Amino acid sequence: MTEHTDEMQPAGSAELTSTAEDQLLPQLVAHLREHRTKLRQEWAGRIQDSGLLHAMTPQEMAAETTSVYDNYVEVLETGSVEALQRYARDLSERIIPRGVETHEVVGIVLLLRDVLARSLFEKYQRDFGLLNRVLDAYEPAANRIANTVAVSFVDERERVIRQQQDSIRELSTPVLPVRERLLILPMIGVLDSERARQLTEQLLTGIRTHRAKVVVIDITGVPAVDEAVANHLVRTVDASRLMGASVIITGLSPDIAQTLVTIGVDLSKMDTIGDLQGGLEEAERLLGYSVTRGDGTGTM
Amino acid sequence: MTGPKLVSILRQGSWLIASIHTALDDTQMLMFQHDLIDQIGRYRSRGVVIDVAALDVLDSFGARTLRTIAEMARLRGAETVIVGIQPDVAFAMVSLGMDTGTVPTALDLEEGLEYLGRPGGARSARHGRAAG
Repeated sequence: MTEHTDEMQPAGSAELTSTAEDQLLPQLVAHLREHRTKLRQEWAGRIQDSGLLHAMTPQEMAAETTSVYDNYVEVLETGSVEALQRYARDLSERIIPRGVETHEVVGIVLLLRDVLARSLFEKYQRDFGLLNRVLDAYEPAANRIANTVAVSFVDERERVIRQQQDSIRELSTPVLPVRERLLILPMIGVLDSERARQLTEQLLTGIRTHRAKVVVIDITGVPAVDEAVANHLVRTVDASRLMGASVIITGLSPDIAQTLVTIGVDLSKMDTIGDLQGGLEEAERLLGYSVTRGDGTGTM
Repeated sequence: MTGPKLVSILRQGSWLIASIHTALDDTQMLMFQHDLIDQIGRYRSRGVVIDVAALDVLDSFGARTLRTIAEMARLRGAETVIVGIQPDVAFAMVSLGMDTGTVPTALDLEEGLEYLGRPGGARSARHGRAAG
């Protein structure tokens, strides 16, 4: 600091004399508190300019930016991110269902960091050395905040995803008896290896408990399978056969059919039929049922 | 076999019902094979049900021996059906690339007997279905 000359003097010479390292941060925080309204508005403006957070109304945005700002300054002051973490998680919980993306959240926090840094530049521009020291104190704290917010957001998102996966898993593979000795398994959604494993387990135990002879697996609702899942499916069909049940697969989409042929899964032992209706008719035939329409329909 | 019986072979009309009560080692498996084939001739059996419901594991030697038994039984004039393969065993078998070859399988003893007693007898149901 000492080599700085007279021309730097006018702005904040009083501060210059008393800037021990441990006082930099309180000073900085006081500055940010003092200009809170102006800086917050500037930040909100920058957010709007960047087209971030368009899922939120201006009122919500004003409320959220204010509390984020206050939290931010508080973390700078106390150095403890716990309160912020809690707040960020709450915020994420509120905004994730609104479709706010990770890049938006990270974006606004980085914008705030930049806005505040600019205001520090402005305040300390006359003393380059002091500015450097202020930034030294500011930057690690600011980065930690950005980090905390981003991580909290992603954590929250992952929690939501996990929860949804669990609920999908719970309702994913029903085994339904339609007639004596006949089961159907309607599959909906992407078949990953976890669901395929679950399918096998449910199917094989279902065969045992329902004493099934024929099982129709309908995969109309499955958009895609990969090689591992296809092979797993083949093994499941083989295992069912070892337990004395025939498996009929119905509803292979053109895409899946092409995938299976392209990757060369051996399906020669699989019994496939175009749609669920055809599958059920074939199953009834195997079991010796014959379904006839009753009187009164005029077609007999 | 000495000690507690590892396998019981019961005669039921023209059928033999062989229940394996516990995991067999290779020697015991071969003894079982010998006994069973011997009894097919002695009782002039036309069908054999091998019940493996008590097994929670079936190794490749065991699976191959079962196939051999079925083939030998066929040469001696009896049809074989394997029943009671547990879900875990079934999936483990196919995962390891094992199967029962052309030997038919059924869910349990009741199903197996029904299978042997179905009209037309000696053809495998799977072939029968494919032809029908």
